[in-house]
Amino acid sequence: MTAWSSALPEFNAPIFFENNMLKISDLKVTVDGKAILNGLNLEVGPGEVHAIMGPNGSGKSTLANVIAGRDGYEVTDGSVAFMENDLLEMAPEERAHEGVFLAFQYPVEIPGVANIALLKEGLNAARRHRGEKELDALDFLKLVREKLKLVEMKEEFLYRSVNEGFSGGEKKRNEIFQMAMLEPRLAVLDETDSGLDIDALKIVAGGVNALRSEDRSVILVTHYQRLLDYIVPDYVHVLAGGRIVRSGDKGLALDLEARGYGWIEAGDSATA
Amino acid sequence: MNTAVKELGELVGREYKEGFVTDIEAETLPPGLDESVIRFLSAKKSEPDFILEWRLEAFRRWQQMDKPEWAHVHHDPIDFQAISYYSAPKRDEDRPKSLDEVDPKLIETYNKLGIPLEEQKALAGVAVDAVFDSVSVTTTFKDKLAEAGVIFCPLSEAMANHPELVREYLGSVVPASDNFYAALNSAVFTEGSFVYVPKGVRCPMELSTYFRINALNTGQFERTLIIADEGSYVSYLEGCTAPMRDENQLHAAVVELVAMKDAEIKYSTVQNWYPGDEDGRGGIYNFVTKRGACRGDNAKISWTQVETGSAITWKYPSVLLEGDHSIGEFYSVALTNNCQQADTGTKMVHIGENTSSTIISKGISAGRGQNAYRGLVKVLKGAKGARNYSQCDSLLMGDRCGAHTFPYVEVKNPTATIEHEATTSKIGEDQLFYCRQRGLSEEDAVSMIVNGFCKEVFRELPMEFAVEAQKLLGISLEGAVG
Repeated sequence: MTAWSSALPEFNAPIFFENNMLKISDLKVTVDGKAILNGLNLEVGPGEVHAIMGPNGSGKSTLANVIAGRDGYEVTDGSVAFMENDLLEMAPEERAHEGVFLAFQYPVEIPGVANIALLKEGLNAARRHRGEKELDALDFLKLVREKLKLVEMKEEFLYRSVNEGFSGGEKKRNEIFQMAMLEPRLAVLDETDSGLDIDALKIVAGGVNALRSEDRSVILVTHYQRLLDYIVPDYVHVLAGGRIVRSGDKGLALDLEARGYGWIEAGDSATA
Repeated sequence: MNTAVKELGELVGREYKEGFVTDIEAETLPPGLDESVIRFLSAKKSEPDFILEWRLEAFRRWQQMDKPEWAHVHHDPIDFQAISYYSAPKRDEDRPKSLDEVDPKLIETYNKLGIPLEEQKALAGVAVDAVFDSVSVTTTFKDKLAEAGVIFCPLSEAMANHPELVREYLGSVVPASDNFYAALNSAVFTEGSFVYVPKGVRCPMELSTYFRINALNTGQFERTLIIADEGSYVSYLEGCTAPMRDENQLHAAVVELVAMKDAEIKYSTVQNWYPGDEDGRGGIYNFVTKRGACRGDNAKISWTQVETGSAITWKYPSVLLEGDHSIGEFYSVALTNNCQQADTGTKMVHIGENTSSTIISKGISAGRGQNAYRGLVKVLKGAKGARNYSQCDSLLMGDRCGAHTFPYVEVKNPTATIEHEATTSKIGEDQLFYCRQRGLSEEDAVSMIVNGFCKEVFRELPMEFAVEAQKLLGISLEGAVG
């Protein structure tokens, strides 16, 4: 018996938490009229790290984008509660202020806008939202320097235009750096490992691990189990056909690595 | 705006009572333009005879000229006989008594720009009390300039006190018959600024029309003349980020710059005239002729402009590079939102040897705005070793606006080096979403992205102006997305 198979009978059942950070119930989403998510259920408790795995086109990135509130995804059914509030009702920036962070699969370039300027605006917007005082230049710089170390980035990085001319690794490190600065309650990392060499992967994973805490939850969306060697998840879910078809611990990821997604999909259709 | 339209209607409809040729006490001329109007204007200002002659000659030329039709702008024909060419500044009793009587939308914008209360009153044309009129800062300012020998005064004052300078330079860069609107301006200009910086003097402060606050009502035909004598330097700021309303729809200003050997003139403009409502009704038509001449070797003229206002902008700040090794620069941000139309750019005319010019143009179109860059780089036969670099970038927001680029290059000397780069991009949904995911509101995100796009131009502006211009851009784009 493998670890995942014991989770099989109740794969759509809630995963036992009193206070969920995130609760997704029967979520159905279409893009351009095409159904992508078909009744997805997921609960994430405080401090937990969940990995969402699945083959290309299974809806992983859709899930990440729906949580962050990107346009172009139509929720046709179901609900997403974040800290017991209706997340789907909130504008993207409100979600950010409430503590939802998305590390982008393809971080966007913004010519002429300094990295540090975007961060300062974002951080202070969230602070205003929480009724906190905006950070002055000195305190802000102090915080920035401390967080830069986490992802081993040089200070000159701050003054370059957002992601412009960054290497793939630099872009992903920049995402984790922003996460460190914004200190979210829920971080969704969308394919953060893609395009990284092993050294960059270690730095990125080190950054994420340093940010793990009892009151911060992480959803890792990934195609490969490699990332999970460095960021060890509490739970692993397999997404196929727009639903979570298997849930388990990190052993599930290893099985997937050994046997491929075809095995899950075949199993899924066999039971259906 | 309604009151302004109404007042204009009243003025136009008013029956003419006095014989205006002799009565220079008249407050307002009835609509219409003929030689007697020009004589009246000249008499009103007690101008020297040579100015009157010059005006009349311009008027005769103008009558034979056709309105330019080549610009990429569309508007109803302008009836030049329906315009009143003189209107005295409003008397205090006709002005709003306090800010409470001013359009609240205007006040809201002032507040967003962080304009102090007293300044708001001045901008909105509120009758100000005597205490504010004698602003001490203006006095200090004048003393400092006098000490340096810099002349900075209304053009009419210069005609009276420095006629020799005016006679030598007025119309020497933009001749009276240069183009339709310049000819009209030469005939009927009412006021403007005059600057003379003597040899070797670095003007101790940035000169700004703001300090000529008493001359706010210079009206629609403004004329500015700036002369930087050998080895001198001056930086001049024109305009204001605060939205300016005016009951005159047509504005046709002329600006002439003369930079002698080793002199440098830096001319910065922020133009935010009323653009009209969302359907373009009531906006200002801004037809401006701006040109500078680098008269001596190593002279430098730099134009920086941020154009966010007016219903129609038609404007090509240019440089005649006459002296060897002289330098011309043009940095421009032009924004069109709603129904605004802009046809703007520059002309760089290389005449001397080893002259160089740089053109950086950033056009932003939103709403149904139409934005055209029109630029000419001309290298004459004798301009050995001329160099030009042009970069024209357009940013589109939404799918109902337009960006157009019309670069003209005429090269008569084979040693010239001309480079031209052009890009067009859209504000991406993905850029906006990225910023919002980091916590920025949609409007802040747009503002940040657009300001990033304009960075190369903003860094040419004096610091304070740049900060204001950034805010202004954000405000001008409010509601442009979503």
